Amino acid sequence: MAATAVRPGRVWNRVGIYTGAFVFSVLCGFPFLWAVITTFKQDADLYNPNHNPFTFTRGATLSNITDLFETTPYLHFIVNSVVIGIIVVGITLLLSLPAAYALARLSGSWGRRLGIGIFMVYLVPPTLLFLPLSRLITVLGLQDSIWSLVVVYPGFTIPLSTWLLMGFFRSIPRDIEEQARVDGYSRLQAVIRTVLPLTLPGIFSVVVFSFTLTMQDFIYALSFVSSSSRMTISVGVPTYLIRGDVFYWQSLMASAVIVAIPVAFLYNAFLDRFIQGFAMGAVKG
Amino acid sequence: MRLGSGGRRPDGGSAVAESPVAAGGRGLWARLSGSYLMEREGVLGGALLLPAVLYLVAVVGYPLVLSFLYAFSDVTTGSQALHLVGLQTFERAIRDPVFLQALRNTFVFTAVSQALVIVLSTALAFVLNADFRGKWFVRMIVLMPWATPVAISSVVWLWMLDSIFSPFDWFARVFGLLGPGDHIVFLGRSGLAMASVIGLQTWRVLPLATVILMAGLSAIPRDLTEAAEVDGAGFWRRLFEITAPLLAPVMMVALLFGIVFTFTDMAVVFVLTGGGPGNATQVLASWAFYKGINGGNLSVGAADALFMFPVLLGLAAIMLRFASRAEVG
Repeated sequence: MAATAVRPGRVWNRVGIYTGAFVFSVLCGFPFLWAVITTFKQDADLYNPNHNPFTFTRGATLSNITDLFETTPYLHFIVNSVVIGIIVVGITLLLSLPAAYALARLSGSWGRRLGIGIFMVYLVPPTLLFLPLSRLITVLGLQDSIWSLVVVYPGFTIPLSTWLLMGFFRSIPRDIEEQARVDGYSRLQAVIRTVLPLTLPGIFSVVVFSFTLTMQDFIYALSFVSSSSRMTISVGVPTYLIRGDVFYWQSLMASAVIVAIPVAFLYNAFLDRFIQGFAMGAVKG
Repeated sequence: MRLGSGGRRPDGGSAVAESPVAAGGRGLWARLSGSYLMEREGVLGGALLLPAVLYLVAVVGYPLVLSFLYAFSDVTTGSQALHLVGLQTFERAIRDPVFLQALRNTFVFTAVSQALVIVLSTALAFVLNADFRGKWFVRMIVLMPWATPVAISSVVWLWMLDSIFSPFDWFARVFGLLGPGDHIVFLGRSGLAMASVIGLQTWRVLPLATVILMAGLSAIPRDLTEAAEVDGAGFWRRLFEITAPLLAPVMMVALLFGIVFTFTDMAVVFVLTGGGPGNATQVLASWAFYKGINGGNLSVGAADALFMFPVLLGLAAIMLRFASRAEVG
């Protein structure tokens, strides 16, 4: 195929693909480009409508970023989000690994139905649950504490993780596990020695996606937490940092960019495996 | 928390790691790890599933039931008791003129954004399914709207649609569409505010739909389209007679997810417009928040939110039909 002459159809195909790639990159990436440029602008440069907003009429500055960390609780927000994310991922793995294994291997037809049922839980929106939960959180004495979020977030990370892990477990042939048992290992040992190592990449991607999912939440954190020192980035940036009359737009954009870029790298790195798991859970029975 | 029995396997994991159990220690190990019961599939399966199921019942099932109870009661953040008052609360919720507007806005917000998403994501999935230089970078850029926490990217949009310093104002001025002192007020006029909210949601859901469609595209065997090409079928014919029918179910899945996430979203509206101007962009979910949390009226808030439920139930039913069909196929 490589040796044949390039036909005109192919050329147009290439042009179409590169045009499409460019247009969509601009469409999706423009707000971030705008945020990055703003982050490094000085006040006198930014707040002059006659200046070209895409060039630096005055020099670029890092002071907006240092201000963000020195004069606002932004670092608290990050630490809170990371701590909550790590604990929730722990709870999620602890509960969804056994459940996913059971759904993939041990249960018959009712297990398939239960698997779909658990996934359906993912579709119950937080906006339907936040009012009763806000009262339950008060009853439990967890209001205005990051623990309220630690308790509630597994409600949406477990369903998605269980579904993905179930797909990964199914993709591993039963024979491997059974061979280990023939060799004299118990079921648990067989799973730990053969299945878990093979699913490790899948488990890793579940960790990444559960973690980023906890950072996505807005309504729970908005409803349960009110002190700035306990806010997550999702709530702290749009409420606490924006509340005053004076908007520090450069610092606000910095706060967004600092979150968006690492998350985008993580997502991109694990996307293929996510697609694979999603599809395996759905297709292979 | 109720993690008790769920901890069994990870505990076992560390035990194995500490002592490399040789063939001789196997009998002891079997006794330690819960005897022969653990080897029976039904019992073991149930034991492994129970912790996750119980947790979900506690943090999703129970509050869901409570939200129905609230909607049929007169509970507020201040009151301790829960009096059932029948349909009175729903009546109060519907009587509020904002409610009908929020209901209509929710449908408009969902329908327009998801129509745009399905068209754009199909095109984008085809682009990303091809091989080209710099694909890694393009893919990362395209994913960013979905990867970034929604409240954070909404703040970026808030600045991008600023009434004075928006880059769109600058572009319009450069092209002579806008006079020197004039500005596009994106978020201050009802029509443009709704368009802005829809634009943000479309932008945000586009990557999710694209990813799902890419999974579908990659599942279509390449031989099939290549064979058709050899037989002389042109690009459009291949697209409409081979690719489109095979892609339709996946498109449906992408659409269903997009609808669920859009219909029930409140973050975009809350951060970008706060439901304004007036209540021109108020949706059910944001309205439930203002009533329930800011207004402290849990019962009316719950009733407002519950109006999303019939639609969700319908979507879930469609998904279940898809799932059972996939099972048969």
